[in-house]
Amino acid sequence: MRINRKLNKPKEVIEINDEIDLSLINPLINIYKTKKGNLIPLLQGVQSIYGYIPEEAFYKLNKDVGLELAAMYGVATFYSQFRLNPVGKHIIKVCHGTACHVQNASKITDAIMDSLKINDGETTEDNMFTLESVACLGCCSLAPVMMIGDETYGKLTGKSSVKVIKNIKIQESKANN
Amino acid sequence: MKKQIIVGLGSCGIAAGASKVYDKIKDIISAENLDVELKQTSCIGMCYKEPLVEIIDDNGHFLYGDITEDKVMDLMESHVENDEPIKDLVVDSDMFDGSEKKYFDGQVKIALRNCGYMDPESIEEAEAHKAYDALRMIAGNPVSRDAVIQSVLDSGIRGRGGGGFSTGMKWRFAKNNENEMKYIICNADEGDPGAFMDRSLLEGDPHAIIEGMIIGAYAIGASGGVIYCRAEYPLAIKRLNIALAQAREKGYLGKNIMGIDDFNLDIYVKEGAGAFVCGEETALIASVEGERGMPRKRPPFPAESGLWKKPTNINNVETFANIPYILLNGPESYNKYGTEKSKGTKVFALTGKIAHGGLVEVPMGISIREVIFDLGGGIQDGKKFKAVQLGGPSGGCIPEHLLDIPIDYDSVNSTGAIMGSGGMVVMDETTCMVDMARFFLAFTQDESCGKCTFCRIGTKRMLEILTRITEGKGREGDIEQLEELSEQIKDGSLCGLGQTAPNPVLTTLKYFRHEYEAHIYDHKCPAKNCKALLTYEIIPDMCTGCTVCAIKCPTDTITGTKKEIHFIEQDGCIQCGECFSRCNFDAIKIY
Repeated sequence: MRINRKLNKPKEVIEINDEIDLSLINPLINIYKTKKGNLIPLLQGVQSIYGYIPEEAFYKLNKDVGLELAAMYGVATFYSQFRLNPVGKHIIKVCHGTACHVQNASKITDAIMDSLKINDGETTEDNMFTLESVACLGCCSLAPVMMIGDETYGKLTGKSSVKVIKNIKIQESKANN
Repeated sequence: MKKQIIVGLGSCGIAAGASKVYDKIKDIISAENLDVELKQTSCIGMCYKEPLVEIIDDNGHFLYGDITEDKVMDLMESHVENDEPIKDLVVDSDMFDGSEKKYFDGQVKIALRNCGYMDPESIEEAEAHKAYDALRMIAGNPVSRDAVIQSVLDSGIRGRGGGGFSTGMKWRFAKNNENEMKYIICNADEGDPGAFMDRSLLEGDPHAIIEGMIIGAYAIGASGGVIYCRAEYPLAIKRLNIALAQAREKGYLGKNIMGIDDFNLDIYVKEGAGAFVCGEETALIASVEGERGMPRKRPPFPAESGLWKKPTNINNVETFANIPYILLNGPESYNKYGTEKSKGTKVFALTGKIAHGGLVEVPMGISIREVIFDLGGGIQDGKKFKAVQLGGPSGGCIPEHLLDIPIDYDSVNSTGAIMGSGGMVVMDETTCMVDMARFFLAFTQDESCGKCTFCRIGTKRMLEILTRITEGKGREGDIEQLEELSEQIKDGSLCGLGQTAPNPVLTTLKYFRHEYEAHIYDHKCPAKNCKALLTYEIIPDMCTGCTVCAIKCPTDTITGTKKEIHFIEQDGCIQCGECFSRCNFDAIKIY
């Protein structure tokens, strides 16, 4: 369930990604700059803006707030919430808590992996879906469950979980046309 | 009176489709121009009957279960328009016995007193349900700080997060450490997989928790408050923030609260970032300070030096929810329930292979059997009970012959499990206990913060052994090595996570050793769960020769021609189970 380590490149070779608008972080910095214990809220804020924590954001926080790079990286890799890589538009969180495990949650993950042709933790090529295993979503009595966005789906089977994803795909293609 | 329709919109209700039911009722009301009031409430605990809709009219209240979208129309027509309740769908009512009378009668609701009975986003409704009355009583009387602590001590309440330490004693320690700044923290980092008591409380009655914290802050003299809540509970965080804003507006938080001189307090919500170890109080404090959530050595205890090195008191959500009730009704109203050393009630989350999964609050001292079989309705699909897991990854599995022990801290500890925060995961004959132990070890191994060597590496080694056993590669001596490592990890870890991580292995070894032995020596999984240890065979009498299995077999190990009996070559079988799930004639057996 932990994120993969990344970011070992020396600073010089980092390609500045034009797509990332770092000024979006400024309001966040204004709020938290002088507050005690601001490291985690800042990283959470950055992640809610970009969906992950871009490498450039670490350097900006280092420069503007004075947080140490090592401290930020240490925290970002410690907590399972933080991601260092971009994710798909929809994050599929399949619950693997005790109750879901007993009700065969691995079958749900297997079925989705099969249907989307990705492994656990990976993102589809079209950047539409990311598949994740999470510890417990707290809907144990509806096990097995998964969460996509803010929506929770309960009492799943392999088939019904794939169907949920197919419905999202259909909606997406409708929205694009 | 105007009819009221109340829809349960807790996380689990929403997952079962309650929002759609709510919208549909709303549409019908506006389309038909009905004179009824539509309201929302939170989880009443009866998750197995979600979505739940309650109708209150002149005749009384009627709680309906399993109201999916397609039943809404009938319900509205029959009960709302024509005053004819649909008796078959009523789970509880004061007019007649609903189908779930037993479920309600066995419970004593103190912490959950308001959950499912009011709109959690309305402070007026909460006040009508006695929210902040205890605080008002303390300020008006006035009750001294020592008297508040004495009441909590007299009630006998012990920490409901799992530690089981006396709450009153904890408060007294924090009070006695003089400092101009003290903190009170609510631990809402409910990380145990299989437990959702705190989520339901936070979503269903946030004001009870806030009031409990205010009373605690008054008693110990704290002026800073933090609720450390899991980010995985977005609805709980939203409702807490709404409740906190309302409490500030009404003057329950702020300066000179309720006219008590120099009693200032504000509370804010801190979102956790996903680390199980942060349930440990020193790790939680490190996380609030913005660091990696790693525990540190105690003493000094947080009561002396906690958040920002100031005296800090940390209690669990359920503990705080009980406090206003105890203060308002007196300690006797609480300690009349329970056993000599474990007073009051405890909330449990019933999950797993149980017929009626959900949330129950029962008096301490009743037996586990009563909770599972009377309130929980026994095992799903008529299968046989095997074990119940108490206390999450820190707890253990309790077998059937111990089901009659009373639920109290000491009796549960004597089995090798722990009371924990209240997760009760029920397992039936199809659950493999070795796989269960492996599951918990995989969890603790992943969540170990890495500070203590035994916890970091020891759990990894144990997980390797357990994985090996479930894959059919178990070796002689594995069981003994598991036992040895367990003892070392218990002794060599700083915090509760490491000290209790081996518990699931130790209890399954104690009560289900034969399953481990069957895996290692006989290469069999008695629960028919571990894939690598299964043998698939075609039952000749049942096979019709339809060829589906042979076509689907990924390794082409099934031979046979059309309309002839097929055969599985065991050498090539990879136990994928494809033939079993594809066969339309139940012609494949597993042993």
